[in-house]
Amino acid sequence: MSYFSDIYNGVKTLLTGMGVTGKYFLNSGKGAITQQYPENRDTLQMFERFRGEVVMHHDENNEHSCTGCQKCELACPNGSIEIIWDRGLDPETGKKKKMIDKHIYHFGMCTQCGLCVNACPSNAIEWAQNFENSVYDRTQLTRVLNKPGSKVKAGIEE
Amino acid sequence: MNISLTLSEKTHELLSAIMPPSVASIVEMILIAVVYLTFFAIAGLFLVLLERKVAARFQLRLGPNRVGFQGWFQTVADALKLVSKELTGTVKADKFLYNLAPYFVIITALMALAVIPFAGYFQAFDINIGVLFIIALSSIGVIGILLAGWGSNNKFAMIGAMRSGVQTISYELSVGLSLLTMILITGSLQFSEIVEVQRNGWLIVQGHIPAVLAFMIYMIAGTAETNRAPFDLVEAESELGAGFHTEYSGMKFAYFFLAEFINMFIIASIAVTVFFGAYLSPFGITESLPWLGLFWFLAKALVLLFLMMWFRWTFPRLRIDQLLTLEWKYLLPLNLMNIVLMAVVVWLKLTIQF
Ligand code: SF4
Ligand code: SF4
Repeated sequence: MSYFSDIYNGVKTLLTGMGVTGKYFLNSGKGAITQQYPENRDTLQMFERFRGEVVMHHDENNEHSCTGCQKCELACPNGSIEIIWDRGLDPETGKKKKMIDKHIYHFGMCTQCGLCVNACPSNAIEWAQNFENSVYDRTQLTRVLNKPGSKVKAGIEE
Repeated sequence: MNISLTLSEKTHELLSAIMPPSVASIVEMILIAVVYLTFFAIAGLFLVLLERKVAARFQLRLGPNRVGFQGWFQTVADALKLVSKELTGTVKADKFLYNLAPYFVIITALMALAVIPFAGYFQAFDINIGVLFIIALSSIGVIGILLAGWGSNNKFAMIGAMRSGVQTISYELSVGLSLLTMILITGSLQFSEIVEVQRNGWLIVQGHIPAVLAFMIYMIAGTAETNRAPFDLVEAESELGAGFHTEYSGMKFAYFFLAEFINMFIIASIAVTVFFGAYLSPFGITESLPWLGLFWFLAKALVLLFLMMWFRWTFPRLRIDQLLTLEWKYLLPLNLMNIVLMAVVVWLKLTIQF
């Protein structure tokens, strides 16, 4: 008998599905979620979860939280991140520690997979929402994420 | 040669008056061909636009709205683009078959249009085996698909063609059998007679339960036969990387594309004719105005087309084994039972007539 109940359930679920889309169809005049892009460029709001490009967050003292652990570099499947680092003297403790010189991000190769952002233990890098990224020369897509003269925020490493 | 071209009785008289009969009939055929080709092109463009508009609404999007008023010229622009595109091909393809395939597909679609009674005065070819003719034609379309896959000399296109062939051939059974169910009531394969029978109530009312079942089976099988979603394994862009028409470009691809939409229109038209009284108005409200027939026909066809689009934008795509299970395990046995049911209904005179 499961043969006929299968048919019954099949038809029922199909009708449920059609009910849902039917409701959308009737209401979509009011609630279209598409945005008229070039016209609304000024008011356009991108979504929080949109992945534009990877940026490194700097606070008002030009400090970031990247410790140079290189986990993002390892996590990136296509080698879009290169970290140039050296050991320097910590001015407070006087000990030697790892510091980034340049956190290089090859945006042109990035697939926006987000693995680097997930891998970062100190949430130093995050997604920006910009998306008009076309340029005529791809060297412009190679970015140095840490700003000049920036340093690591105190208390991140522990 | 004496083909009754119903469309043109008046034109026929007019033409015969001014030229010899043989020339007249040739001119007549050319005229009809032009009318149908125009209709075909307009219907194709309109359906593509409609599909996109409807899809947009179902998915809470805006849809085409740039070219012309509310985007109404979008498909014209698309067509121009397709016409101007380069026709590429593969070096090792079987050139003859490769080039022949799109015409197979499109010509069968065109020929099927000829027997559909758009209105009492607008039916090119009222043949007495109309239903059979249409079923036979739709099987020729499969050959076009298989040729396309074979001629492309590309194993993915070949697999795609096999998949599509298996699908079309399987569902053809259900289409044929569900139409056969209705033929039990009408007792005729001629479209004009099928329409006449429905003056006493549309067949879906006359045949009630088995007719509704047949209609449901027909719509499912028809959707599958035109390779539309949720049965569009033929060209599942995101999953399979397209099927039998992978190697086609520009206008040749457009032929396949257009044929799909015309086939969809044909499926809807047959459903309108066989289940919903073709060009007859509901309850005969415009019986005295026969020229409204075309309007009623197109209105009914549009409702069914909308239903098929609703399917497309609601249901997820089936896997090939699910697709075949649906046909061979469910639709076909149900269909056979339904025929017996209909036979009993007709035999015991349980049909509803006004
Ligand atoms: S998003 Fe992915 S591809 Fe891009 S830099 Fe991060 S890990 Fe690499
Ligand atoms: S960005 Fe994050 S993961 Fe990458 S080196 Fe800096 S702290 Fe480590």
